[in-house]
Amino acid sequence: MSTLEIRDLHVSVETKEGPKPILRGVDLTIKSGETHAIMGPNGSGKSTLASALAGHPKYEVTSGTVTLDGEDVLAMSVDERARAGLFLAMQYPVEVPGVSVANFLRTAKTAISGEAPALRTWGKEVKGAMENLRIDSSFAERSVNEGFSGGEKKRHEILQMELFKPHFAILDETDSGLDVDALRVVSEGVNRAKENTDVGVLLITHYTRILRYIKPDFVHVFVDGRIAEEGGPELAERLEDEGYDRFLTGATASA
Amino acid sequence: MTATTTDHSRAAADGAHSHGVVPAGSRAERVTSFDLADIPVPSGREEEWRFSPVARLQPLFAETLGADGVTVAVDAAPEVKVETVARDDARLGKAGKPGDRTAVSAWNAVAEATVVTVPAEAVASDVTSVRIDGVSQDATAQHLLVHAERHSEAVVVIDHRGVALLNQTVEVVVDEGAHLTVVSVQDWADGAVHAAAHRSTIGRDARLKHVVVTFGGDVVRITPDATFTAEGGEVEMVGLYFADADQHQEHRLFVDHAVPSCKSRVTYKGALQGSGAHTVWVGDVLIQAEAENTDTYELNRNLVLTDGARADSVPNLEIETGEIAGAGHASATGRFDDEQLFYLMARGIPEVDARRLVVRGFFAELIDEIGVAAVEERLLASIEAELEKSMSVITGVPTAAE
Repeated sequence: MSTLEIRDLHVSVETKEGPKPILRGVDLTIKSGETHAIMGPNGSGKSTLASALAGHPKYEVTSGTVTLDGEDVLAMSVDERARAGLFLAMQYPVEVPGVSVANFLRTAKTAISGEAPALRTWGKEVKGAMENLRIDSSFAERSVNEGFSGGEKKRHEILQMELFKPHFAILDETDSGLDVDALRVVSEGVNRAKENTDVGVLLITHYTRILRYIKPDFVHVFVDGRIAEEGGPELAERLEDEGYDRFLTGATASA
Repeated sequence: MTATTTDHSRAAADGAHSHGVVPAGSRAERVTSFDLADIPVPSGREEEWRFSPVARLQPLFAETLGADGVTVAVDAAPEVKVETVARDDARLGKAGKPGDRTAVSAWNAVAEATVVTVPAEAVASDVTSVRIDGVSQDATAQHLLVHAERHSEAVVVIDHRGVALLNQTVEVVVDEGAHLTVVSVQDWADGAVHAAAHRSTIGRDARLKHVVVTFGGDVVRITPDATFTAEGGEVEMVGLYFADADQHQEHRLFVDHAVPSCKSRVTYKGALQGSGAHTVWVGDVLIQAEAENTDTYELNRNLVLTDGARADSVPNLEIETGEIAGAGHASATGRFDDEQLFYLMARGIPEVDARRLVVRGFFAELIDEIGVAAVEERLLASIEAELEKSMSVITGVPTAAE
């Protein structure tokens, strides 16, 4: 059982005009096996939370703490966070020309588990995971994300989630831009990972659509850099009917 | 990232296209000659010298040069013939004329030449290796002719090491139907200054793969020319370079499509690191009026790993006929991509390994294209060694060499 604890997190993003505060005091506790949906309108800071947790250099934590089983995550470098068990499925996965998917997966797996995976079982595991996600086996020899469609990039992210077996996975708008078939395949992958590894999931999304496939235990609504409302799955249903309007009006009134 | 990509395959007969600065006018009008008097010592302001450290190259502009600065040793495949001949041997000087001062100086200064011949119909069973070792810093001229006769096949690797002040001519003659690979590796030690004019002719249905690999030396300036002499010829020109602090690496290519139905592919990639690292790539392609059904593409990419390094990249494409199969060029110089680094590190890969992956990836395709296993392995090892130098900056741990 692991716990990821976020306390009073304030984060600024680097801009040409100087640092701009985005997160203004986020509190969130995620335990193994739990799925938390983070929802909210554009610009509310959802993706900033994801990037800050992963340690993207563009985002600066100005106050607050993040701990993983008591360990200070903010003191860790990007790669140390991944090795500690955090995984970020990126909204815009980056192309790495000349580095094959097979080589990348093996290198990352080796880094995360501290030893090279056993050749025979690893090959089988990768092949099986790719089949499950309807990723053609030819992708193993292609360069990471290069020339991938939007859906292929997202499936490749979830492939990594399944293979690397993190303690906590942050899915940053993994559903955006996916057609229904791809959304279903990707969601199945996330659900498999949940069943097999007891991973805690932070599911960041603008839409409620993906929550039909991945059932959240908790729903948090982000508005203006902090959590405006929290609840169970019923909150997502309410958002589906009402949209974010009532939060936005509130935010405007209080601003 | 700055990039230019242009597809000229639908271009009409030209004049409408201009790329970069071409103050010397058409490449076809540039003076070429075997006579020293026709090509004077440059000041550095000339188009073909404007990027070069002319002061460092000055000793190589002289009318007379020694012969003892390098030793030449050839380890030939059993099918391949090696001779040392006098400068008046009738086979020399057949692959075009010198096109700049170092080239004309080298031609006039040599007393003898090494001739490597792949006899007609012979298929070399092994790589032929030409080892050139710098043994003194006396300005030296050296001449090599590689002649692949009709329907022969061979791989010739020219390997430069040590310290020298070398002005070199490499002539490459590929007769009809022959398939030749020539690889020139500049693995010089610090202090070396090397100018080389590579002049190639490609006969009917012949194929030349011309590979240049530059890692070492203070100044390396190579001018590979390729001229098609009959229809159906194909040339693939591949280059890989890695410049460290205060190294100057210059590659100026010229592909002359003088006849119809020939194909050329130029792919050069370089990485730069350290203050004062300077690379220059100039790719001139001329499609003459008679050269209908030409197919050409040239590409140069540079990866700048640290501050203080400079990459110049100038593609020039001149098209004098509208009847072409394809013509294009691309040039891009980019800094090391921090988003790539973040992506890899977010998967647990430490920074040093992530950088290594990215740089190896940058060169990967190119290394595959070389197709000479021994050279590929050595290249990978050299890239690793180069990366160690920049890694020591990142990790703060000096490499063994320092």
